[in-house]
Amino acid sequence: MARIIVVTSGKGGVGKTTTSASISTGLAKRGHKTVVIDFDVGLRNLDLIMNCERRVVYDFVNVIQGEATLNQALIRDKRVEDLYILPASQTREKEALTKDGVERVINELSETFEYIVCDSPAGIEHGALMALYYADEAIVVTNPEVSSVRDSDRILGILQSKSRRAEMGQEPVKEHLLLTRYNPARVQRGEMLSVADVEEILAIPLLGVIPESQVVLNASNRGVPVILEEDSDAGQAYDDAVARLLGEEREHRFMTAQKKGFFSRMFKGG
Amino acid sequence: MTETASTGTRHSFQLKSASLSLTTLELYYFDSHDFEATLREKISQAPGFFKDIPLIISLEKYEGLDSELDFFKIIGTCRRHHIHVMGVRGGNDDQRRLARGASLPLLPASSHRERAAEAEPIRAEPEAETAPSPAPARVISQPVRSGQQVHAPEGDVVVLGPVQAGAEILAGGNIHVYGPLRGRALAGIHGNEDARIFCQSLEAELVSIAGHYKISEDLQDNGWKSAVHIQLKDDLLVVSPLDKA
Repeated sequence: MARIIVVTSGKGGVGKTTTSASISTGLAKRGHKTVVIDFDVGLRNLDLIMNCERRVVYDFVNVIQGEATLNQALIRDKRVEDLYILPASQTREKEALTKDGVERVINELSETFEYIVCDSPAGIEHGALMALYYADEAIVVTNPEVSSVRDSDRILGILQSKSRRAEMGQEPVKEHLLLTRYNPARVQRGEMLSVADVEEILAIPLLGVIPESQVVLNASNRGVPVILEEDSDAGQAYDDAVARLLGEEREHRFMTAQKKGFFSRMFKGG
Repeated sequence: MTETASTGTRHSFQLKSASLSLTTLELYYFDSHDFEATLREKISQAPGFFKDIPLIISLEKYEGLDSELDFFKIIGTCRRHHIHVMGVRGGNDDQRRLARGASLPLLPASSHRERAAEAEPIRAEPEAETAPSPAPARVISQPVRSGQQVHAPEGDVVVLGPVQAGAEILAGGNIHVYGPLRGRALAGIHGNEDARIFCQSLEAELVSIAGHYKISEDLQDNGWKSAVHIQLKDDLLVVSPLDKA
């Protein structure tokens, strides 16, 4: 039975697709057979970040509507073994994702995969609800600013009330907080919320903190999941997050700026 | 209970149990001059609060002489200040006799519970529909997230965790939040003015009791981000720190 993980946020542009690409790549790199599904029908991006956009023939909606088999639609990643991508349709409406259809596809994938990562679209509309409905775990991607935190809170409420686990009265969806675009220097200047602030407001366990970095942008543009940039702090931070997702204990890194900054905050009376 | 009940005619009234919160005057000794001076001082601190309030005289801490206890003077002085003495609580037999002499009803010294027990037989008799059983409290053991609403039309709501910004709690009774209250809390939504709101950290967007509300902007100066309880006093929402309650 596969473990189904939704990557969600409510707010757009916080790093869901970047996170889906890196988490799924990280899981596969550790030898777990993983598939990542793009639920963002009409605005598909995952294939770009995974650098497989030129190999898309059939998509998720084709499979749901019986126009293609899963094997025809799944794209095998060229860099990492055991990693597959199920791209979204660019030409359909999100309503093409029916509950029954999604369930059928997920059940079929469950037979062969260990992990199913669902890359949710932004918002709390149909596409986002479908992406989180079957989830066992949720990675809530949040930027350290108030509107993103508010939207994450909203999504956490929906996970508690509208997911399959909630509706069936099963054990609730396991929630993880992933803080992205974190810039410790700006936190010190009071321009961003701190890790502690966000943790305190959302009250869910912290999976990882991904530092704000040019490397993330460059990697996305080149179609490389940033976790494969093993020398970069963002890549290492994602690697830590994957390890923690699998139950490993790892200390949180990249959360403070240089020492100088720490003292200047002391003098400011921070 | 009533004759009309057995004959099936129209009821001119119904008896219901009610627990009201009343102000008690804890009397230490009585001297008509001192009494009026103290009363005047108290009233000047909160003029609106004392206007036409019902008052119970408690004798549980009375240390003066029984002979000095002049209920007629007490009643008269209070009435001059628009305060109505409703009864006497506690006291020894002699003191209670004096109170009865002044036509003041006597209330038992101890807790509300005993008083409720005495009232029980009265309201147990009439038809079942008039005997309201207390609605159970709704206990929420998860955070109440943005966009979620908890609605308990009858009883209390107890939240073991935060009530987030954009969340809403509606209760016919009290609201207890064992965590920060960041969203909206509306207690006593059916007009129960005795309902209260308790929280470990007041960061609310809005609090309301029986339709009297305050928004975040008006809450900043008193008890903000600290443990408080909020009650309705004389049509005003009063925020008080929990540790001094």
